[in-house]
Amino acid sequence: MLNYVLSRILTFVPTFIGVTLISFGFIRVLPGDPIIVMAGERGLSQERYDQLSRQFGFDRPIYSQFWDYFVGVLHGDLGISFVTKKPVWDEFFALFPATLELSVCAMVFAVVLGLPAGVIAAVNRGKFFDRALMSSALVGYSMPIFWWALLLIIVFSGNLGWTPVSGRIDLIYYFKDSTGFMLIDSLASGQKGAFTSAVRHLILPSIVLGTIPLAVIARQTRSAMLEVLGEDYIRTARAKGLAPVRINGIHALRNALIPVVTVIGLSVGTLLAGAILTETIFSWPGIGKWMVDSIFRRDYPVVQGGLLLIAVMVMIVNLTVDMLYGVINPKIRKR
Amino acid sequence: MADTSVPAQVEQRPDRLREFWFYFRENRGAVIGLWIFVVFAFLALFGPWIAPHDATLQYREAILKPPAWQSGGSWSYPLGTDPLGRDMLSRLIEGARYSFFVGVIVVSIAASGGIIVGLIAGFAPKWVDAVIMRIMDIVLAFPSLLLALVLVAVLGPSLVNAMIAIAIVLQPHYVRLTRASVMSELQKDYVTSARVAGAGMLRLMFITVLPNCLAPIIVQAALSFSTAILDAAALGFLGMGAQPPTPEWGTMLAEAREFILRAWWVVTFPGLAILVTVLAINLMGDGLRDALDPKLKRS
Repeated sequence: MLNYVLSRILTFVPTFIGVTLISFGFIRVLPGDPIIVMAGERGLSQERYDQLSRQFGFDRPIYSQFWDYFVGVLHGDLGISFVTKKPVWDEFFALFPATLELSVCAMVFAVVLGLPAGVIAAVNRGKFFDRALMSSALVGYSMPIFWWALLLIIVFSGNLGWTPVSGRIDLIYYFKDSTGFMLIDSLASGQKGAFTSAVRHLILPSIVLGTIPLAVIARQTRSAMLEVLGEDYIRTARAKGLAPVRINGIHALRNALIPVVTVIGLSVGTLLAGAILTETIFSWPGIGKWMVDSIFRRDYPVVQGGLLLIAVMVMIVNLTVDMLYGVINPKIRKR
Repeated sequence: MADTSVPAQVEQRPDRLREFWFYFRENRGAVIGLWIFVVFAFLALFGPWIAPHDATLQYREAILKPPAWQSGGSWSYPLGTDPLGRDMLSRLIEGARYSFFVGVIVVSIAASGGIIVGLIAGFAPKWVDAVIMRIMDIVLAFPSLLLALVLVAVLGPSLVNAMIAIAIVLQPHYVRLTRASVMSELQKDYVTSARVAGAGMLRLMFITVLPNCLAPIIVQAALSFSTAILDAAALGFLGMGAQPPTPEWGTMLAEAREFILRAWWVVTFPGLAILVTVLAINLMGDGLRDALDPKLKRS
């Protein structure tokens, strides 16, 4: 087991270096001199240019620049944003709770609906429920979520006026964000209506972001359940006369959950990619919107640092899922 | 015995096709998907001759006209007009062209590149394989849309660059898939016997092994066709794909965003076009998988 964990961690190292190299490389191949872009329309003198070039280390050979960057990354120094002049690291972690809160809510939405849908479909295999649920799952899986978001806005914000269109909370509420999670902070502030407002702001973005994971989870649960339901121990349970709810809900689902949990873990990348679109549409102040804005503002240190942090996060989650899977399922370790 | 073996060999190919169609037809959804895809491809190929209007022509007297069946609409603009007075139906038909084009090009680049790299990884010595797979891990570590977005920012926003970016992002899936099937095929006796018979490396790779690895790759190609369309539309929506006035579906949606509460049709139809196309291709992909690759069959 220890060997398995160690070998997994060892493959992590070259990937990490590669990811750093790629995100470092982007700033060098982006069209336009970053210093001139930073100076904006005012332009700058040759002396100032040279000074800045020295300051950012652009005058030194590329490998020594990479080495400095790499050492900086290991120390948590990702450079300073051109636009806000704040460290990229601090900006990332200031915005990250917003994305995390949204992603968690989206995932809860997906799991709460996806698991039962998959189980119901599997139990009713080939019947009406199965077909209806799996057809909807395929529609959800094929959904262009940016369009889905606009449709939901038209119906629920425009026609019905139930939910707000953008932001995390109504502007009339103000409190210190101690945790960065709006649901917790609004509760802690004790202001009347603040929590409800935060929840109302979360509903549509969570649905939008959770739609594709929901479809994936429903499909995966169904196929895992079908596989398990054919096993002998299920037949034994049936023969013993256990209630179908108990067989399906406990005996079968528990074993079917293993691949489903893996799928949930591995959809972190999908969630972050979806967050780019969802956050842009709902003006949600999280990582996704921050990245898109920075790309448009040509804020290179942010693009570079954000790309790296997101990739490392995805890698860590995937690695954890891999190892947990190895713990649950010993067959995997042998490979 | 010798008499029957020769005609059997000749008949093998049509038999295989018929067998494929037999299984494919079983899946009703897949057949529906196939028909929708045929219509989509037809529109893409012959769009300019079918569309009632020029996709970029602006009718100043008919701005934001609702669809024909609503009051105020007219049958000369069946699906209404956009904020610049362009016919929605014609723009959607023209948009099919871009999406089809994106799908075909992206899948061709990603699949051919991925297959070659995957074959090399499968056949090459272990360290080359390890290096290739680590590089693919690196590409896969980035959320695909984010990587495509940054790549397009590097290359400059345009449809061609969006296609290149999406192809790069999709490629590792083909590499992994090809390598995995090559590895399992290499264990088999027919490969050993081909080797003993003196087949060269290239012959082994492309003629002996590759045809037997194709089933999962074809399924992947169908599925990534829809991913390519979705991602290209998403990039267009974010302003990093096709640029206005190109009637690409995602770009059309981005242009229509500010009118969502005033004119539902400028928002609804382009998205519906994306959804129906992607759905049809995914349905088809499911059917292909069931027909080509019984091992992967879900139920």
